Amino acid sequence: MGREFLEGNEAIARGAMKAGCDFFAGYPITPASSILHYMLELVPAIGGTAIQAEDEIASMGFCIAAAMAGRKVLTATSGPGISLYSENVGLAIMGETPMVIVNIQRQGPATGSATKGAEGDIQFTRWVTSGGLPIVALSPATVGEAYELTYRAFNIAEQYRTPVFILANKEIGVTRESVDLDAIELPPLVKRKKVPKGNEYLPHYFERLTDVPDISDFGGNHIARFTTSTHDKTAYLTTNPEIIQEMIDHYAAKIDEAADDMALVREDLEDGAETLIISYGIISRSAAVTVQEVRSRGEKISSLVLQTLWPVSKAAITKAMDGVKKVIVPEMNMGQYLLEIERLAPPGVEVIGVDRMDTKLVSPAEILEKGGLL
Amino acid sequence: MSATEYKTYMTDKIGPLPFCPGCGHHMLIKALDKALIKLQLDPKNVVVVTDIGCIGLSDRYFITNAFHGLHGRSITYACGLKLARPELTVIALKGDGGCGIGGTHLLNVARRNIGITLLVANNFNYGMTGGQHSVTTPTGGVTSTTPWGNVEGPMDLCGTAIAAGAAWVYRGTVFDKKLPDMLAQAIEQPGFAMLDVWELCTAYYSPRNQIKKKELEALLDSYGFKTGLLVDNPRAEYSVHYREAYETGKSVIKKKTKIDTKFDNSVRKQTGIVIAGSAGQKIKSTATLFAEASMYSGLDATQKDDYPITVMTGHSIAEIIVSPERIDYTAIDEPDYFIVISEDGLRRARARIEKLPETCTLYAEETLELPDTKARIVRLPLNETAKKVGRLSIAVVALSAVLVDTGLFPVEAFGTAISAFQKKKIADINLKAMEAGSELLNA
Repeated sequence: MGREFLEGNEAIARGAMKAGCDFFAGYPITPASSILHYMLELVPAIGGTAIQAEDEIASMGFCIAAAMAGRKVLTATSGPGISLYSENVGLAIMGETPMVIVNIQRQGPATGSATKGAEGDIQFTRWVTSGGLPIVALSPATVGEAYELTYRAFNIAEQYRTPVFILANKEIGVTRESVDLDAIELPPLVKRKKVPKGNEYLPHYFERLTDVPDISDFGGNHIARFTTSTHDKTAYLTTNPEIIQEMIDHYAAKIDEAADDMALVREDLEDGAETLIISYGIISRSAAVTVQEVRSRGEKISSLVLQTLWPVSKAAITKAMDGVKKVIVPEMNMGQYLLEIERLAPPGVEVIGVDRMDTKLVSPAEILEKGGLL
Repeated sequence: MSATEYKTYMTDKIGPLPFCPGCGHHMLIKALDKALIKLQLDPKNVVVVTDIGCIGLSDRYFITNAFHGLHGRSITYACGLKLARPELTVIALKGDGGCGIGGTHLLNVARRNIGITLLVANNFNYGMTGGQHSVTTPTGGVTSTTPWGNVEGPMDLCGTAIAAGAAWVYRGTVFDKKLPDMLAQAIEQPGFAMLDVWELCTAYYSPRNQIKKKELEALLDSYGFKTGLLVDNPRAEYSVHYREAYETGKSVIKKKTKIDTKFDNSVRKQTGIVIAGSAGQKIKSTATLFAEASMYSGLDATQKDDYPITVMTGHSIAEIIVSPERIDYTAIDEPDYFIVISEDGLRRARARIEKLPETCTLYAEETLELPDTKARIVRLPLNETAKKVGRLSIAVVALSAVLVDTGLFPVEAFGTAISAFQKKKIADINLKAMEAGSELLNA
């Protein structure tokens, strides 16, 4: 136990190591590069491999294959790199590959402001690859949460055989904070369920659509198959529309139906409050100051902070919105998660986005003003 | 190891190979099967990796492990498998199309010498998408995208791989009787081995260009390309080299120094401190020590930095917040203390300094010409003092002076952080700088 002064990127690396990560491939990009540096220091020390790949496409290629060969895998980049990860994210979904992908978001589009923060990749992450299947993404608000959520992301990846995104921000990745990582409570480590030796291995076997197929690693006890193409439970190609639909339903259902299990939120709800702030990431901390300010005036206000962005934590959001008249959604983009809140808001509830994308944090003063809380 | 003798590594479970009549892929796959039969490897330890293109349909016809990925990326998956489990035999199959879109992977696997075998089914066009031209289409070759004859020059795949440092490279046609043996040799190489195998696409390239076996061989001659084993120059395989390099070069991972509260503080609210200087003045690292000192004094802290991408030049600005309570909002809209120690820092921070509130104290190197500001100004001989104790310690001088003036927390806490986190030689200089800085406003 004891405090350290750490940047979020180091906390992410340490969270990954705590989760047993033993493979990393990545390509340098501001502001995510230091994750590559930390992993190059930490992973070989436990006998694993960390490598700088020739580009982001190779990073993902290395990682997906290593994950299917039994490694616990992390990769990290920023928004422009996610563009290049895109096709392989689809492959990871198709092959039900457990892996964790970090996006230290920076102001975009394109090269944008490489050293400045933003959260412009929220909907991009949701629809990051062709096919439109569900995505899992967690968003840390502090250096401590960067550690905790990276660890939890590995658990989700292993439990559901799925890629999981950490949607952080330059404002967390390369900001240092006083933090005691050892004081953070973590759930037990989840390991992928393996097919016992001697049993037949069907790489995508499920009975109910929501089942997560047990896995056998390449180089393990069974002959393994993996394919980018439409396949059946045996991972052989199929053109049978019924089987194709069943597989798609399975990929969707195993994530969608687990949304409540994956829902990580921080609720600070006040009985009788008519205003609710829904926030995530670094801006949830501006929201926290706003809430304090409003309450110091003797007024009521509720706050819901989302750590899980995808799948949408519908139950928690709906519960928090119950009885309120106004929902304020502050974001470091042009109003992206606002769309999800608008979708879920009961009729008559006013939903107000407080956005900026000029590299500056949305300030508590701005939330007060644009949210009509002055 | 296995008691079974494998008479084939192919399965007929999913029917015959799906290739067009006369397509070279039939012979190529048969050659690979023969090579595997010769080597008698345990199918569980072999992975056939493919990507998109007709040849990419073949992995599933083997009784080995099979990995079928995105167009042109088979090398990346093969490398990932090999890096994760160096004991696996990994064979990547790729078309000439894949060598175009995935060209960088070819260069890099050759350069790194990752121990996979790359088998290129080179038939000069994209058979799967309608016979478009590829990076190996001969000049003048007719394809669906070069209807008047290809005006581009063909890429010498072997020459490219050799230039990139490939350890073992072979070129031939699919009609070469030695092909299975060469494939077996390739698979046995510890490092990267590549075979560029020229063949016929009977659906598109061959009929459009009247190419059969004889013309294919004549085409090779016309390029002046050598055939057979072109390079056999073994060197350490990547994973072996990686581990050796790590074992010899590794630095001991230091146990992280934890920070306990050892001092008091007088900070009653979230307090923002900005220090603006130049690259090379150790602004960032000194700000970190200052924040760590505040933690030794029981405070919470955050730090953000602003500096150009070209790190050795221009400004360097650090923003530190110290607070007796959890810090939520990490921006400093109205600094409590602003320290400017160089022209670079002043230039970058000028607009901000002009807007400083009257509650802010601005500590400035005495020689700087400051803009108008409402902040209380304290001028300090920072350069002159730093010249005496060490040029690189100017930020320590400045922050020590600020600590003495503000009494936020004891300057001894700064000394504790310096001693805990810096190498002794540097710490000694910085401790002297701290003393010198502490004197500046003591009188």
